[in-house]
Amino acid sequence: MAESLATADAARLDPRLTALRRIAIVPAHNEESSVADVVRGIVGVDPGMNVVVVDDGSHDRTGTRAREAGAHVVRLPFNLGIGGAVQTGFRYALEEGYQLAVRLDGDGQHDPRELWKLVAPILADDADIVVGSRFAGSGAYRPPLARSVGIRLFARLVSLLVGRRVTDTTSGFQALSRRAITLFAGDYPHDYPEVEAIVMVFRHRLRLVEVPVAMRERAAGSSSITRFGSIVYASKVLLALFVGLFRRNVTPLEEDS
Amino acid sequence: MTPLPVSIGGIVASLVLLGVVFELIRSRKLRERYALLWLVTGVALLALSAWRDGLNTLADWAGVDSYPPAVLFAIGLLFIIVVLLHYSTVISRLADQNAILAQRLALLEAAVEERTQKPSG
Repeated sequence: MAESLATADAARLDPRLTALRRIAIVPAHNEESSVADVVRGIVGVDPGMNVVVVDDGSHDRTGTRAREAGAHVVRLPFNLGIGGAVQTGFRYALEEGYQLAVRLDGDGQHDPRELWKLVAPILADDADIVVGSRFAGSGAYRPPLARSVGIRLFARLVSLLVGRRVTDTTSGFQALSRRAITLFAGDYPHDYPEVEAIVMVFRHRLRLVEVPVAMRERAAGSSSITRFGSIVYASKVLLALFVGLFRRNVTPLEEDS
Repeated sequence: MTPLPVSIGGIVASLVLLGVVFELIRSRKLRERYALLWLVTGVALLALSAWRDGLNTLADWAGVDSYPPAVLFAIGLLFIIVVLLHYSTVISRLADQNAILAQRLALLEAAVEERTQKPSG
């Protein structure tokens, strides 16, 4: 922890970061007990970072808690699912002219103190999207067996599709450049989006970098993925990946001015 | 035994179904989520059309000894009912969401109007 705080201090002084308009996108669905801590955690490591919480049709006080903690809140009138919620955040970031976005889940499983690892490759102009991988390093994250198999299967498959090793295709802990924000604001996969989004990144010739992160247990609430849902989820993603092979969406993104 | 023309017809029809569904997804006219049931239907019909012994066995189990392809029709019908029922639930959800959107928009419009009229009134 001392080390991560040290890097935090170093990055806080990084003028390349403070020169950017930057925003944290936090999708949240019924996370009233954790969302305020997530917001405070982000502002705690970078007071210059704005936070937008996308309240995905919560039935509890998620939106109110987030606003009290100092976040901008975009409240969706009904539940769109994680894909629609996150894309709302990207659209907000695009329209409000943000140059860098980070994405953390509202349940508190992503540690804001690790944000510096994620933004560093973008500041160095080495990446357009940085994914916090739970498997790239020495993380102690051990998901349940079935989920672990699924996560690894998708990592293998995506690595094969994009021709490069990707270790974590389902992580929602990410940092994005303006180009990546523009891409995803315009077109983001539905339902369970992360796996397809990774493949999209390569198709559009953006640069992806993975950095190892530790994963905390969920602070509250429960995962959005149920047992039956996960089978449908896997089938849907496999289908989307397969059909995607036959799409001509390889047009490189226009350079952003 | 299933007549050969029926088998061939069934194979062609299910391949056409699968092809059309695939093209609809590819051109982004059909979301993957809503295509899954159609794909399962197409694959099941294809399998039963091509695997003639399997269809005969199924027909035996079901007690259909005069005309095995009747089982093919029955299974096709079952899948179509499931797909239709699924779409009924999807349409119901869309109708609910549409009502919520209309209400939100009307309330928003009223709030904006009241705000713009206040200074003059």
